Amino acid sequence: MSASGFATRLVALTRKETRQMLRDRSNLVVGLVLPVVLILLFGYGLSFDVKDARVTVVLEDSSPTARNVVAGLRGSPYIAPTWASSMAEAERMIRAGQTDAILRVPGDFSRRLAAGDGQLQLLLNGVDSNTAAAIEGYVGGSLALPGQQQVDRGGNKPAAAANITIVQRMWFNEASESTWYLVPGLIVLVMTLIGAFLTSLLVAREWERGTLESLFVTPVRPLELVLAKLAPYIVIGAIDLIMCLLAAKYLFQVPMRGSLWIIIVSSLLYLLVSLGLGLFISATTRNQFAASQMALLASFMPAMMLSGFVFDLRNMPVVIQVISQVLPATHFMGLIKTLFMAGDYWPDILRNCAILALYATVLIALSRRSLAKKLD
Amino acid sequence: MSDQDLTVSVENLRKTFKGPDGGEVAAIDGISMSVRAGELTALVGPDGAGKTTLMRMMAGLLKPDAGSLSVLGIDVAADPQSVQDRISYMPQRFGLYEDLSVQENLDLYADLHGVPEGERKQRFTRMLEMTDMARFTERPAGKLSGGMKQKLGLACTLVRSPDLLLLDEPSVGVDPLSRRDLWTIVQQLIDDEKLSVIVSTAYMDEAERCAQVFVMNKGKLLAEGAPDELKKRARGLTFTATTPDGMPARELQARLIDAPDFIVDAVPKGGNVSFIRQQDADEARIGELLRDAESEPRDEELEDAFMMMLRQHEAQDGEAAAKPATDKAAPEPRRNEDKPVIVVRDLVRKFGDFTAVASTSFDVAQGEIFGLLGPNGAGKTTTFRMLCGLLPATSGHLEVAGLNLRNARAEARGRIGYVSQKFALYGNLSVRENMEFFGGAYGLRGKALRKRVSASIEQFNLDPAAQSGILPAGYKQRLAMATGLLHEPDILFLDEPTSGIDPLARRAFWRTITSLAMSGVTIIITTHFMEEAEYCDRIAIQDAGEMLALGTPREVRKQAGDAGTDMNSAFIAIVEQGRAARDNKAKDKERAA
Repeated sequence: MSASGFATRLVALTRKETRQMLRDRSNLVVGLVLPVVLILLFGYGLSFDVKDARVTVVLEDSSPTARNVVAGLRGSPYIAPTWASSMAEAERMIRAGQTDAILRVPGDFSRRLAAGDGQLQLLLNGVDSNTAAAIEGYVGGSLALPGQQQVDRGGNKPAAAANITIVQRMWFNEASESTWYLVPGLIVLVMTLIGAFLTSLLVAREWERGTLESLFVTPVRPLELVLAKLAPYIVIGAIDLIMCLLAAKYLFQVPMRGSLWIIIVSSLLYLLVSLGLGLFISATTRNQFAASQMALLASFMPAMMLSGFVFDLRNMPVVIQVISQVLPATHFMGLIKTLFMAGDYWPDILRNCAILALYATVLIALSRRSLAKKLD
Repeated sequence: MSDQDLTVSVENLRKTFKGPDGGEVAAIDGISMSVRAGELTALVGPDGAGKTTLMRMMAGLLKPDAGSLSVLGIDVAADPQSVQDRISYMPQRFGLYEDLSVQENLDLYADLHGVPEGERKQRFTRMLEMTDMARFTERPAGKLSGGMKQKLGLACTLVRSPDLLLLDEPSVGVDPLSRRDLWTIVQQLIDDEKLSVIVSTAYMDEAERCAQVFVMNKGKLLAEGAPDELKKRARGLTFTATTPDGMPARELQARLIDAPDFIVDAVPKGGNVSFIRQQDADEARIGELLRDAESEPRDEELEDAFMMMLRQHEAQDGEAAAKPATDKAAPEPRRNEDKPVIVVRDLVRKFGDFTAVASTSFDVAQGEIFGLLGPNGAGKTTTFRMLCGLLPATSGHLEVAGLNLRNARAEARGRIGYVSQKFALYGNLSVRENMEFFGGAYGLRGKALRKRVSASIEQFNLDPAAQSGILPAGYKQRLAMATGLLHEPDILFLDEPTSGIDPLARRAFWRTITSLAMSGVTIIITTHFMEEAEYCDRIAIQDAGEMLALGTPREVRKQAGDAGTDMNSAFIAIVEQGRAARDNKAKDKERAA
């Protein structure tokens, strides 16, 4: 009797939750439309790559050698060089925001280059330091090669240490495309949003409308309430996950080097964590407004700011680092980025999945406890 | 009596909550009682008596602080789930899922209670038939009227036959017709299935149906017994005073209720005044109070005994019963019958295809108390909102305080006061702050404002420093009324001001209303308590947007014919006659077409 009662009640409650979810349009908008918006927004709108950076070249040395050195700028897809006749004009341009950087080739460049001491001046607009750093890299990269050739062609052996050229190779994200690491992070954001945001309203709404009081005085068990509330949102979360994976593969061509099934399993595990967190917040606040605010503050914001989605955690103060380690999102963020770009690395997978599973169990147990059939 | 015959047995039960001021408040203060199986048992008591807390403890939703409570032989505190598996409980606000249909709500509860498939069909058919909802199974619960929601709540509670049924004030805020339907359902189940039922209620006619009544007040048990036995406490003390011709019953009632040393209670009834005298009151003094009104003994009722017990308990408690807010120096009545302050002609309001108010006409004279009655969804609120200028009329003529609402709405609004059904003041402001704010909103400033606020605080006997949100219901009501009267309006609109207020506070409230009317303020009021219609000079009964009756309470009772012995049955009769006439008209139309 007890087992079949459990099944009947669970099915009945799940059916009820599903109906309520489907009939509430705002729910579906948050659950299905918002993730699409996020994917497009973060995929296309948010990028740390600099394309067609405006670099103004001031050529004070008009020798063919000097021209040859800066010619490399034109070949770069990241740089759109312009020319200025004097340093004064170039400075005016950078002040007016018409250019992002000035590359000055001093009048004695070719002479000093021949002596093995060629120097160029690169002035960067540091207002946006991310962009400035990127441009520095691009300019350096596009100049190094012709400079090297020049030296080789001259047949002069370079003076020992002065002319060592670093040949860079970026691993895992060869093109250094920011979508490659933003899109996997997006899965974390979407799972957080679905979980915490949607479920945070579920129990609070029942408290506010007084439906729980009636529900409590039936043979229903708290665990059944929790499971029934989770079920429809796991489906929504799975749909969102599929959308994210498809977008990653076909829209943004992000490599998926780890196994697909591990990506899916760990994502669902994280979905459970955030659903559990939302439910727990909802059951303890008993107020829809407070619950949604709490969910935003406790899950979405930290997942965005502190999980390593955009900002490298190692650059943060120790206190923030400790906090970020407490967040389940941080563990999933690290895992999913590794899975996408580096591949299966089992110690990492096992450790992070174990942490997520622990979180999911604890949060669901807490939700169950906060739904103990009591009014005081 | 063996234990098997008891469904609930309570011993020295205590439950305290944290009060709004941080102190402990005993909601249940050492109660012991035994409820017999197979019977209908009532818990009666005013607001805050502890009825809901007791019910919730029986349902295993609250844990007692001390004492023992066993339901169906099970210790609830130790094993609430076993109790919850066997009982059915309908909370005051039954939690229907508003976005689920009627059928889906029923299915959900049937599944949760594990009602077998075969039994279910028969049960649903019966429930839908009894609640008269078979036509609406596909309709979302949120779209039902208040009375229908309550009936659906009962149906969901009764998807199976429980070992004990707990009903917490099932008829609060429900109109007399739906109330009667609810009780028909409960009665049928008791007769057919020998159900044990515990019901809490504020209606004495409901308590009178019960085999056993427990009277509670402030967490204490005042009395228990069969209604007939409890009634006896008022034996020999109950009288009816016949009002002299031309005098409104409420004037005599006011005179009597203002003398608590001799009179326990007085209410207008059927144009006369029913009163209870104090046991030790001096005959001569009562004669003085009555003056030229004849009085003769009448049969005592449960309500009389109940009022006596409440007054006694309040007196023992050392707390003066809520004193009515009246101007002791009653001013000369400023009544002017010739010049109506409200004129309504052929008023119509449509929402799309739906006619909420159909061609309604009436006048209200200055200083009159005009009652607007009708079942849930009858169009009362719509009429009300149009009169206050909150909602434009679709067509018709509407004049308030001599101003046409079509072109002088703002000006007309300055002449009216409005007290809404819900407490619409700021809970975290003090009484004085609330009054100053609303006075300012009505255009009072500086000295004039301070003077009016102080005068109102005194008149309504309020504590200016108290936080508004934590006042008892009766005081909240009083504050709302004081606020609505700050700008000294000519007309005061009150929308169901007495729902959820206990009988003592209601008496005090009506005493204030009658004295306001005496001073010339016109009162328009809606209510679900039909006996309160007796305080009105004239009443109108609305149903489905149409005016079914209009006149003095006596005239309306007469219109109801034989059924009109009391206001409640007169109301039911008139609404049913109206509905039958409408059905016939519809049928005639069909035939003609």
